[in-house]
Amino acid sequence: MRIGVFVCRCGTNIAGTVDTEAVARQALSYPDVVYATDYMYTCSEPGQKEIQAAIKTHGLQGIVVAACSPRMHEATFRRAVEKAGLNRYMFEQANIREHCSWVSNDKKANTIKAADTVRMAVEKLRVNEPLFSSQVPINKRVLVIGGGVAGIQAALDCADGGLDVVMVERESTIGGKMAKLDKTFPTIDCSSCILGPKMVDVAQNEKIKLYAYSEIEAVSGYIGNFTVQIRKKATYVDWNLCTGCGVCTEKCPSKKSYDKFNEGLATTTAINIPFPQAIPKKAVIDPKACLYLTKGKCRLCEKVCQVKAIRFDMKDEIITEEVGAIITATGYDLFDASVYGEYGGGRYPDVISAMQYERILSAAGPTGGHIRRPSDGKEPKDIVFISCVGSRDPSVCRPYCSAVCCMYIAKQATMTRDHLPDCNCYVSYMDIRAPGKNYDEFVRRAQEEYGVQYFRGRVGKVYPKGDKLIVQGADTMLGAQIEIEADLVVLATGIESAVGAEELAEKLRISYDQYGFFMESHPKLRPVETNTAGVFLAGVCQGPKDIPASVGQGSAAASKVQMLFSRDTIETDPQVAMVNELMCVGCGKCIDVCPFGAIQWKTLRDGSRKAQVLESVCQGCGLCNATCPPKAIQLRHCKDDQVLAAVNALYA
Amino acid sequence: MKKIAYYPGCSLEKTACEYDWSTRAVCAALGVELVEIPNWTCCGSTPSNAYDPLLGGALAGRNLAIAENQLGLDTVMTPCPSCLKSLKGALKTYQKKPEAFLKILDMPFSGNVRPISVLQLLYEEVGVEAIREKVIYPLTGRVIVPYYGCLLTRPPEFADFDDPENPISMDKLLEAIGATVPYFSHKTECCGASFGVTEKPVVGKLTGRILEAAEQAGAEAITLACQMCQQNLDLRQGQVNKYGNTAFKIPIIYITQLIGHALGIDAKTLGIDKLIVNADSLFEHKPSALRA
Repeated sequence: MRIGVFVCRCGTNIAGTVDTEAVARQALSYPDVVYATDYMYTCSEPGQKEIQAAIKTHGLQGIVVAACSPRMHEATFRRAVEKAGLNRYMFEQANIREHCSWVSNDKKANTIKAADTVRMAVEKLRVNEPLFSSQVPINKRVLVIGGGVAGIQAALDCADGGLDVVMVERESTIGGKMAKLDKTFPTIDCSSCILGPKMVDVAQNEKIKLYAYSEIEAVSGYIGNFTVQIRKKATYVDWNLCTGCGVCTEKCPSKKSYDKFNEGLATTTAINIPFPQAIPKKAVIDPKACLYLTKGKCRLCEKVCQVKAIRFDMKDEIITEEVGAIITATGYDLFDASVYGEYGGGRYPDVISAMQYERILSAAGPTGGHIRRPSDGKEPKDIVFISCVGSRDPSVCRPYCSAVCCMYIAKQATMTRDHLPDCNCYVSYMDIRAPGKNYDEFVRRAQEEYGVQYFRGRVGKVYPKGDKLIVQGADTMLGAQIEIEADLVVLATGIESAVGAEELAEKLRISYDQYGFFMESHPKLRPVETNTAGVFLAGVCQGPKDIPASVGQGSAAASKVQMLFSRDTIETDPQVAMVNELMCVGCGKCIDVCPFGAIQWKTLRDGSRKAQVLESVCQGCGLCNATCPPKAIQLRHCKDDQVLAAVNALYA
Repeated sequence: MKKIAYYPGCSLEKTACEYDWSTRAVCAALGVELVEIPNWTCCGSTPSNAYDPLLGGALAGRNLAIAENQLGLDTVMTPCPSCLKSLKGALKTYQKKPEAFLKILDMPFSGNVRPISVLQLLYEEVGVEAIREKVIYPLTGRVIVPYYGCLLTRPPEFADFDDPENPISMDKLLEAIGATVPYFSHKTECCGASFGVTEKPVVGKLTGRILEAAEQAGAEAITLACQMCQQNLDLRQGQVNKYGNTAFKIPIIYITQLIGHALGIDAKTLGIDKLIVNADSLFEHKPSALRA
């Protein structure tokens, strides 16, 4: 084999601490290397041309580029060598930047390490084989998980582009957190007025198949061809018949259920439609509260239902859908305010979360939009808003900023002053974070026009005194301790990842960070992609953000799916496992360890059983390779002899 | 019988001797053998740590090393939260700078010894149920609020006990001995600590609001597990009244005294008469309250 080596200087990134010229010179002494040079920016267009020219001039059959991590530019160089007529797998990238030049300042040691790394790449390349990918058709249907505003936007954009969409929503209605909001910042437009039409669009769009009150059970397959199992949870109501008339909810005698939609400020019935604009507007029975399902007596809803839709014997149902791409828009949950014992959330009825206050402000909420405090229904005269409850606080494992609280506090305080001009609003803040379009102006308006009193500093303690709450804290600008007698305390609870986010990530085989937010493929340049091809992200499941950003991401994810589906087939990765049937002893260990179900039994004509790899399902993780006792399963492009060649080069 | 090394600390020798007596008596009644650390010395307190943290750590560490070497015990209990903080600080200092620490200490030390408070001993080691079973004179109908102060549960990663902002261990112990325990809003608010010596108005204000909150909660008495808090709330109650123009007369009693009484230990042994604000009214039993 005739091998060419290109050592990249990467400006000073590599050349600053590695003698690239020496590395190139030494590479010429390695077996089969007939050409070696160093170059300023190998990934640049002239750099790639240089490689292609060398292939032609020197008749090169394999290329080693010593540069950055293959995660950065492997695809670039593979394309370059392919254009020059080589097989793309006759290329090896030696990482002398992240693994070498960036690690140490010792130029001498770095140069030795870089040379060794190049040598390993050369030795592996000498035993590389050309590999060829095949084409598989793409199933042009998309699954959207989560029916909040991000998921709704993604689903509508996909459907408008002519794609068939399957939407799965965990709750009995779509709308997500936005449906609970009264108004939105910075325009104070009514949340349900702008979200409602979009929800209706989802219901009416023939391209969108909605599974509400359903969850993802399992996901298998790969980009272009996913198989998704969906658990349709038992609603105990036949939704094909239910008209959403609501008579059952009026008659239900079990009225003490936790009202999730109203954040527990009110109670609700065992058979329930969360809110009037629910999509789909269908009733669901809570089996834990239903008198018939718990005690065996009642069936009142069954009697009053005119369309006879009640089904007490309903069971969960598993449905299988085939899709080509998945958009994950599973949203978030809110920090449990009771973690801060000093604020008394969950202990004092008039210390409430901001989402609870949002329901109090809402005309469709438990108080009909009249601001009344939960304990005695009195109109508050003094309200204290406490920011950063579960944000920017490492002591509760929430060191990040929730990105929306400063803005929603300004909105809620503005709304309060608008509804009750005599009510004093105080906001305790650490810093005001208002970096969006018209955001800072909005906060200023709250302070200057609406007279909301902001003080910088933390509240240390809230305790009841008579029917008041005493809020003790520090004003760090005045350098003084302050005490406010409040009627109501609103805690600006931060954003945390949705319940069950980690489990879903594992089903989808995507990564998540230590707080349960899903990891994008690149924090700047691939913000809606994941590292699992064909799975995209939208909204707060990826990290805290506000409505405009969530909608933007929803549209971005939809356009990524459109882009993927603009082709009819997709190239498979040939770097997958393969079985040498002559060596396979049929022990089945590989079948047990494969996390993707990519290996199955195959019976030969003589009746013996051998392992068989489903190439389109295999992800090339190599677990089977490591497990196989006779080493009959090999991972293409990472075969034992290839790995050993590299290791031997280092230790020989 | 469970054996635990006992470090009383200086306050419990004199100003808070009733805390020491009642701790010993209660532990004995509950089957915990306290072995006083022989030849124990000062925990270092604030001055030594202000001068040199390593020295402060070693001073407290000496006592842990004796418990480990001479007594062969792995748990050291001290009723004083300040001493507890010093003992725990010694472990941290040892972990941070083991060589320098051992050099000053000049005796073997492995660091495998755990300092706990008397509250932690009663709540976690003995257990609420074991105490409930041994109650002879329940405090039925008595409304008592628990006051934890600042150090027993904080800082959380240091104290490693109960909830830092809303602790409940003393609440549960009080309930176990039959008392009625209303929610107490000021259970962890600062009493003013040693400002009682230098800045009386600070203690007047801070301790005053604790007493006020207890009165509002309908408490007949406040119970606690810190002799510094006890001093401010009890000994200085007159000063607080003068400062705030109030007339509080709330008995401030150690949790060990209350449990001791419930277990049938006599008032003299528990040092009830050592309290400044008379607490006798708490123990006037109607005959019907007697259970045996």
